[in-house]
Amino acid sequence: MLIVGAGKVGWNLARELVEKENEVTVIESNRRRYEVVEEELEHSIQYGDGTELWVLERAGIERADLVIAVTGDDEDNILICQMASEKYGVERVVARCNNPRNLQHFELLGVKPAVSATDLILRLIEHEVPKYGLVHLLDLKEERLEIIEMDVGEGAAADGAKVKDLGLPNGSLVISILRDRGGFVPTGESVMRAGDEVLLVLDIGLEETVTRSFISPVNA
Amino acid sequence: MFVLIVGSGRVGSAVAKSMLSDGHEVSVLDENPEAIALLNRGQDESWEDLGGSFTVGTALEIDALLEAGIDRADAFVASTNGDNTNLVIAQIAQRRFEVDCVVVRVLDPGRARWYAEQGLQTVCPTQTAIELLEAAVRGHLDGDGMVS
Repeated sequence: MLIVGAGKVGWNLARELVEKENEVTVIESNRRRYEVVEEELEHSIQYGDGTELWVLERAGIERADLVIAVTGDDEDNILICQMASEKYGVERVVARCNNPRNLQHFELLGVKPAVSATDLILRLIEHEVPKYGLVHLLDLKEERLEIIEMDVGEGAAADGAKVKDLGLPNGSLVISILRDRGGFVPTGESVMRAGDEVLLVLDIGLEETVTRSFISPVNA
Repeated sequence: MFVLIVGSGRVGSAVAKSMLSDGHEVSVLDENPEAIALLNRGQDESWEDLGGSFTVGTALEIDALLEAGIDRADAFVASTNGDNTNLVIAQIAQRRFEVDCVVVRVLDPGRARWYAEQGLQTVCPTQTAIELLEAAVRGHLDGDGMVS
């Protein structure tokens, strides 16, 4: 595994991955930072500009199973991953996206997955302070599907309704109902109640329509 | 023709000025507001009075690229001082905005060569310098009859 960038993210990742008994090499371009991290990682860190081909080759990119680009510059992370997969045939790459507005560039140039800390924290906030009790559990961008969790609101269309009577649009499916710390996979006959948490899988774009059935009229 | 030049250093500003004097419409984007000084230097009138346009903004920001007119550019020159920035914005110009002519300055010969193989028109000043210097030294040595 090759990690480019020994900042907080890169260094801690390296530590964790070494502990899990992976062979890890880190590249860092700042001399001072390199010296600090080298005291702990010793021969596992190399000094150099990880966007230069010879530096990547010296670090063994040709036999890397995974390349992780976590420098503070998005353009560097994009290029590192692009060269890793297209020039060196590395099977898996992971890129850090520092500015969420740059995510579109990662996608355009085929670098995925790109991980944005800002986005992740936003998701966590959404999870803790959900809007109308809606939580995104999983987005399958390629497949254009998402899995969401909805709270059944008091007096909502879903409150007291059977799954089959809810009139959910094509392309959406209730996959489980969580109640009293347990959960079950419902049938069409299962009845939902206020306070239940319902997991649904849906085509991207149906969220608005589906959400309506679960919002309490008070909040709508 | 409408030419967009991103990065108004010594190279970008010089290319911008000669494109403008050739009669093209030229727009320059640079993150440093003072970079316009290089565009004004050595001209009788200011860059903008001569008809050039100048936008301050970061190269990777789509809004800045749009403000500078990337969506109607016939030619795009990536000449910031960062190789990686140049390579990323050149690919954005090529793939997302389908600009016909995209030229990108890359100082590192390794990256310049590989991205050229991938279909980008790269210009590598370092490689050019190497070749010129080699030729100059060879010419000198050959002229003296010291090395055949």
